[in-house]
Amino acid sequence: MLEVTQPARLGRRQWGSVALQATLVAVVGAFAYGAFVNAAANLAKANIASGFRFWNNTAGFDISQTLISYSPSTSTFGQAFWVGLLNTLLVASLGIALATALGFTIGIARLSRNWLVARLAGGYVELIRNIPLLLQILFWYNAVLKALPDLRSSIPLPWGTFLNNRGLFLPRPQIGGGFGYVFAAFMIGAIATVALRTWTRRRQDSTGAPPHVLPHALVLVVALPLLVFFLAGSPLKFSFPEMGRFNILGGVEILPEFAALLLALTIYTAAFIAEVVRAGVLAVPHGQTEAAQALGLRSGGILRLVVIPQAMRVIVPPLTSQYLNLIKNSSLAVAIGYPDLVQVFAGSVLNITGQAVEVIAVTMAVYLCISLVTSLLMNLYGRSVGIVER
Amino acid sequence: MKRFATAIGIAALVVLGAQAAFSQTLKTVQDRGELVCGANGSLAGFGMPDPNGNWVGFDVDFCRAIAAAIFNDPTKVKFVPLTPGNRFTALQSGEIDVLARNTTWTMSRDTTLGIDFAAVTYYDGQGFMVHKSLKVNSALELNDASVCVQQGTTTELNLADYFRSNNMSLKTVTFATADEAVKAYDSGRCDSYTTDSSGLYGERLRLSDPDANIVLPEIISKEPLSPAVRQGDDTWEDLVRWTHEATVDAEELGVNQRNVDDMLKSSAPDIRRLLGVEEQFGQSIGLTNDWAYRIIKAVGNYGESFERNVGQGSPLKIARGLNALWTKGGLQFGLPIR
Repeated sequence: MLEVTQPARLGRRQWGSVALQATLVAVVGAFAYGAFVNAAANLAKANIASGFRFWNNTAGFDISQTLISYSPSTSTFGQAFWVGLLNTLLVASLGIALATALGFTIGIARLSRNWLVARLAGGYVELIRNIPLLLQILFWYNAVLKALPDLRSSIPLPWGTFLNNRGLFLPRPQIGGGFGYVFAAFMIGAIATVALRTWTRRRQDSTGAPPHVLPHALVLVVALPLLVFFLAGSPLKFSFPEMGRFNILGGVEILPEFAALLLALTIYTAAFIAEVVRAGVLAVPHGQTEAAQALGLRSGGILRLVVIPQAMRVIVPPLTSQYLNLIKNSSLAVAIGYPDLVQVFAGSVLNITGQAVEVIAVTMAVYLCISLVTSLLMNLYGRSVGIVER
Repeated sequence: MKRFATAIGIAALVVLGAQAAFSQTLKTVQDRGELVCGANGSLAGFGMPDPNGNWVGFDVDFCRAIAAAIFNDPTKVKFVPLTPGNRFTALQSGEIDVLARNTTWTMSRDTTLGIDFAAVTYYDGQGFMVHKSLKVNSALELNDASVCVQQGTTTELNLADYFRSNNMSLKTVTFATADEAVKAYDSGRCDSYTTDSSGLYGERLRLSDPDANIVLPEIISKEPLSPAVRQGDDTWEDLVRWTHEATVDAEELGVNQRNVDDMLKSSAPDIRRLLGVEEQFGQSIGLTNDWAYRIIKAVGNYGESFERNVGQGSPLKIARGLNALWTKGGLQFGLPIR
């Protein structure tokens, strides 16, 4: 017997529900509008400047790490905003990548049959989870600073690199004319690798032949661009850092603030991700592991081919939360002077212009956007790893 | 008829004007029973708690002077430590009544924040402190140096301007609080630390080895430090302004904490007007007529407060310099109380 489908028109109950929701939206909207108007009126009454005219005024202050070109005398507050935003995205993206790698390792290590490995991983998680992140950031900053030598006694590393308490100074690559061809060759190699992988997977489904992608991938992605590089005349020079009177000049500088923040965020979030991964792995029914063992797979293969793909369905939602936490926690950079969005925009720009309402509103909106985009991407990924029949 | 009404109106204005002026902020303070003062919290010589928890400093004494004028008790003050980030918001929102936190009087702050500055209590300028081991004798030699600075201050802006106008390049390391900036400078993260010159002497005392650091001679900016109040309460602003002027006038006239009781019997007209023996200037700012007497008795005159907090009677040992009286070559010029 077929089920009766819903009628196309809305009944009386549905109309009532729609009316209620419309009223609620109207009330919330009126409240928000009223709050906005009230704030604007109060600011005007107190003679406090409002509006976004300050966006195009000269900034006047210097920023210690800028991924785009910035000069205190010509750049505007708007450009300072972008500098801060890029710094936040840099530390957040690197932090997410490293924390995921470390977190997965620790989480799986905690489930190891080796008693020492499991206990060490457990100890790590329990210790790191229970210390506030701000303290950990300060600890790493002071540990990094105190451990490294003074500028004048820098540690020289291979390839002209210097390490001291002002940062890690690497040779700066200077890209010559023909580098476009090398980049194009790299992209061609990457796309060819992906196509190859899809083809070998299909071949495996139909004939059972195992996919040997790795050697071919190496040739395509590494050897091909390298060949083009030499053919184009090696269009890559390096400028090396040199010791000046006060500082090391030239080269790429990695600030100790950046390193300390990245280290603290990675270690802290990895502890939480480890527990999420452990929960995901334990959620996979033990019958899967037994069946995989019966098939003759060893523990590495069981994890990689059977357990983790099924665990991902449970891991992805809490993992998204941890990523969002990491992004928001990166704002603690204020404590150690890393010029992220909060420090540059909601710190320096706010103090100089005095327009707290606009600056904080923009900062909150930016963090909201970053978080929404991250959770959207993670939800898309989660849908793709979800088990279809459940 | 119309002229009679005008005459009555003018007479009414004269009568009303002679009565005590009204200030909403003053009424709030009097009802509360204490003054709420925005202070620094960690700047030696200007505003920080001593080891026993009592607040001491140059700006602290200014707030105590206001409290003495209102309550005849300099201890009726609550100090709220503020950072450069929230000091103006605290004042705008009404959390504090007056901001005495070594704040520079600039045009943008005066016109766009809804606050007014009362009077310059300390003429300062920005300077640099460097490690002695760098063998630097002048700020002009600091090309490519790293400088630690506190964010959100005029210091940050002046630093960039100075280096640009002298064609030097700069690496700044900014921190949210002065404590962290000083600590980073001390650990060798930067070559130099910059702030107002008065702050440099204070912060140098807190370094691990004060004698291994020198303050460079250049003063690269004007930093007139002034207490600030909210716009909209002119009487309160007058009260705060004339508290400062009274202390400078007292020093000019030779009235100090020790001799103020004897000076009540003086026959000099200036002193009699200052201490309220003649005329009634206290009423026009909402206070009693012995308002200036209370101030001098509680915290002393300008010179006494200066020497006690940042001068020869303190570890900072800052010379009067620009803050000497105008008769001695400085800029402190007491406005006449008459």
